Amino acid sequence: MNDWLQKGLNMVKVVTTRFCWEQELFDVFKKNNIKQIPYLPDAGHSKIIEMVHNDELFKPIVLTTEEEGVAVVCGAWLGGDRSILLMQSSGVGNCINMLSLVSNCSFPFVTIITMRGEFGEFNSWQVPMSSAVRGTLELMGVQVHRVEKTEDVAPTVDAALYSAYSSNQRIAVLLSQKLIGRKEW
Amino acid sequence: MVNLSKNSLDRRSVVKEILIGYKDLLVISGLGSSSYDVHASGDSDTYFYLWGAMGGAAMMGLGLSLAQPNRDVVVITGDGEQLMGLGSLATIGVLKPKNLSIVVLDNGHFGETGMQVSHTGLGVNLAEIAKASGFEKVSEIKTNDAVGGISRQIKERNGPFFALVKITSESPDRSLPILDGIELKNRFRKTLGYPTC
Repeated sequence: MNDWLQKGLNMVKVVTTRFCWEQELFDVFKKNNIKQIPYLPDAGHSKIIEMVHNDELFKPIVLTTEEEGVAVVCGAWLGGDRSILLMQSSGVGNCINMLSLVSNCSFPFVTIITMRGEFGEFNSWQVPMSSAVRGTLELMGVQVHRVEKTEDVAPTVDAALYSAYSSNQRIAVLLSQKLIGRKEW
Repeated sequence: MVNLSKNSLDRRSVVKEILIGYKDLLVISGLGSSSYDVHASGDSDTYFYLWGAMGGAAMMGLGLSLAQPNRDVVVITGDGEQLMGLGSLATIGVLKPKNLSIVVLDNGHFGETGMQVSHTGLGVNLAEIAKASGFEKVSEIKTNDAVGGISRQIKERNGPFFALVKITSESPDRSLPILDGIELKNRFRKTLGYPTC
């Protein structure tokens, strides 16, 4: 077998054997009857954002800032829709006061947050907010589940959605930067 | 309180004219005087009054309008509250829900906090921003004769519709709605046939 063919086959193998946590997560969204997906993009969320845009079951909502998404989730629930908010760690700071809506009215709330500024981070500007993510969320009454391994993403989000929508809980699932992968520059 | 703005419309009359006789309307009101105006027109289980979360009224309306595409959804808020959520006009403008209307009561001042002049009192035009953001219908309402057009646009459901209503800066007596957020949420959902969890 010549070199270029071997190289090509190896690439195919890598692609087909990579564990696709996004597909599992997508299935969890469907299983839990999630409808609205407000998001601020992040490289770590890019695949799932593309997937929900390509499926008519979902109503993806691109935001200009993360606190918009907090209010969207609450409005959606008033009207009977379940939702999940996607953002990156820097967006947590933008949400602080809007989270008073969630806690004051006991709205069910789940957000998936991709972490920057913690593992092989090139950009030090990401670090201050990243370091404060857990503290910020907990101070505002949001439980925090942190995920380190790709195979734990879907089960953790599934559990968070179950808790939130069975008894009006507020939960953030953090996807570690190691899980997402270092951002290459 | 003297009228510090050059506008002539009375906020209570305008809100009452929009809401009266339309019991099924789903309403989100922004914190401050807008919530008092909505309450003063007559309470309803399909009215959700914000007492905080400044800047979030339009986005609550968006989530609600997407969840209830066959119902008319109206956000009634003030210029200060909408200024804090300017980006939400862009978010609504790209999604274009036909059943969502945003009514901004614009007195050009931060009325709840001492009547300081707001950006709209200094020349910023929210209707132009809504238009540039992609709202399908935009109206600037300056006279009593034009107020009736707001209800017509809401019912036409060709939105998103944005109405900038130029009200005086007078502050009528407060009309206080329910403060308990959980009760507000539960009664709203119950009316639409949903359980509390």
